[in-house]
Amino acid sequence: MSILVDKNTRIICQGITGKSGLFHSQQCRAYAKEHRPGENVFVGGCTPGKGGTEIDGFPVFNTVEEAVQKTGANCSLIFVPPPFAADAILEANDAGIGLIVCITEGIPVLDMARVHRAMVGSKSRLIGPNCPGIITPGVAKIGIMPGYIHKPGSVGLISKSGTLTYEAAWQLGNVNLGQSTAIGIGGDPIIGTTYIDLLEMFQADPQTESILLIGEIGGNAEVQAAEYIKAHVTKPCAAFIAGATAPPGKRMGHAGAIISGGSGTAAEKQAALEAAGVEVAKSPADMGAAVQRAIAKRK
Amino acid sequence: MKIHEYQAKQLLAAAGVKVPRNVVATTPDEAAAGFTQLAGELAVVKSQIHAGGRGKGRFKEQPNQPGVVLVRSADTARENAEKMLGNTLVTIQTGDEGKQVSVVLIEEGLKIAKELYVGVVVDRETGGPMLIASSEGGMNIEDVAHNTPEKIIHEAFDVEAGLLGYQARNVAYRLGLDGVAVRNAEKLLKQLCQFFIDKDCSMVEINPLVVTADGDLVVGDAKVTFDDNALFRHQDLLPLRDLNEEEPNEVAAQKFGLSYVKLEGNLGCLVNGAGLAMSTMDIIKYHGGAPANFLDVGGGANVEQVTEAFRIILADPNVKGILVNIFGGIMKCDTIVTALLSAYDNIGIKVPLVVRLEGTNVELARKMLAESGKKITIGTDLTDAAKKAVASLGA
Repeated sequence: MSILVDKNTRIICQGITGKSGLFHSQQCRAYAKEHRPGENVFVGGCTPGKGGTEIDGFPVFNTVEEAVQKTGANCSLIFVPPPFAADAILEANDAGIGLIVCITEGIPVLDMARVHRAMVGSKSRLIGPNCPGIITPGVAKIGIMPGYIHKPGSVGLISKSGTLTYEAAWQLGNVNLGQSTAIGIGGDPIIGTTYIDLLEMFQADPQTESILLIGEIGGNAEVQAAEYIKAHVTKPCAAFIAGATAPPGKRMGHAGAIISGGSGTAAEKQAALEAAGVEVAKSPADMGAAVQRAIAKRK
Repeated sequence: MKIHEYQAKQLLAAAGVKVPRNVVATTPDEAAAGFTQLAGELAVVKSQIHAGGRGKGRFKEQPNQPGVVLVRSADTARENAEKMLGNTLVTIQTGDEGKQVSVVLIEEGLKIAKELYVGVVVDRETGGPMLIASSEGGMNIEDVAHNTPEKIIHEAFDVEAGLLGYQARNVAYRLGLDGVAVRNAEKLLKQLCQFFIDKDCSMVEINPLVVTADGDLVVGDAKVTFDDNALFRHQDLLPLRDLNEEEPNEVAAQKFGLSYVKLEGNLGCLVNGAGLAMSTMDIIKYHGGAPANFLDVGGGANVEQVTEAFRIILADPNVKGILVNIFGGIMKCDTIVTALLSAYDNIGIKVPLVVRLEGTNVELARKMLAESGKKITIGTDLTDAAKKAVASLGA
């Protein structure tokens, strides 16, 4: 098993006629073809005004609702530009898409507050925004990560970052650990799916035997995750927190990566995770080994 | 985007919020005329810089001159403005280099009965805006939160509906207000929260919010920061940006889609991705070095961006070496090396350069580096690269 993504996932892309949307739709389709030949996994896309056309073999629809009716899509990958991205998320939500993965970076934070409010009680799940997406290795890739670095395996990987996730997946590969599912939750202040949501799913997933959590400065989501782990997670957990050397008050690339008022530091997050029994990597080169240590400790 | 106090007060006044009568001055004579125009017994002359701590701050060129002064005549307003304008104010928030003052605000004195704190921020936990208030105005709110957390009031409000009347009254009563001050607070708090939403702010902070003897609520000091990602729908706010307040290299980086933050160390770094860029700083420190910057070249690093990235890193005179850390995913390593080598020639890099590459087409990319004939050290992994880069500074 895996979480969120399985053999029944049918993907569309909102913004498929844009440069990034098309490129990554092609990459995701190629990944699916390689691992599940003969199955139709990436079923089309949406761009308002271009419905009825086709782009590189993908049928294009005007609305998500129509795409769902005609293709049976249950997952949407969003590459819509920032001013329109919140609207795109809510369109997917309204059309009953179960898994919404928003890659777009730079969405106004109050737009995300409106999305957050509108999705209270929704059956749909949002991943991101400002994230690399989600991959269940060997099954489906829904995002911008290079597929080949993620090997199938038993580690549940949750991260706020893109390339740092690739680094982690690569290090895990070097110590012969693959991933059950790897998810980038995004580096924005307001996001859909949180560490805690995913910890709960990984804890319940029989394929997942250990968990690697990658965080960064800003906010206190990692501290809450540590509290959750302490109370509810029995599987071995490792973590790395980026930004130990970041100065306070400066935004480090991600909109959410800022130490404000002396809180949200790497040190306090590391301390909380350690207190919860999590194996914390002090160097970013130590993430793979930290997972090994966490597993060894439980044996 | 941050703005100055005088700009924030102009915007707040336009939104109906009560601010003290004031005059903006860029010369000592204008400051004197401002005092006369306000026609009060006393006024405050306030240096306009983005950093806080101005009252306790002093000028480099005028070591006895505070950044904020109470004056009782047009002449003293002029004298103080003269010592402020064009000079460099150093406060607890500016760092040692300080900030140059080019505008002063002359403001009427207020009959202060009480000083409160009011702020509006985006709260990650509730996923929406939140009003923060405290009876301990005029102090550093972080200290209040740390020492007496029970004195901080949090009131999350709906992004569509704004702060509701009862929420505003609850906060007002908890702040210890009564009588007419409660009605004034209800109005002001609702206006502030609506302002926050209407202008796509990331922070509004009124500290102090002054309660006068008559129960009036007046903005003492105002800090407003806008969400950069929402500025596309607030073209009218763009002229308020003051580039003199920003690090020139950070401004230059933005133009090329790079994310750069200057730090105090001497080892420059160039990385793709924000998380990996932070981690690269961390591993430099972990192996005994000091990072000179955060720099994320983004996912699509081309020759122009990489060239500009090197230019910006090397513009910092502290930089004695550079560590490049690229995890090539969709962007292939050989493409990055092509950009790297062109940039190397464009810039003429003289300091030691250590490059660590991993990901798609990494063998080809390493071969290209090795055969380039340039003085580039290859790091085999993150640890090796960080150690070599730190060691290269001592050589």
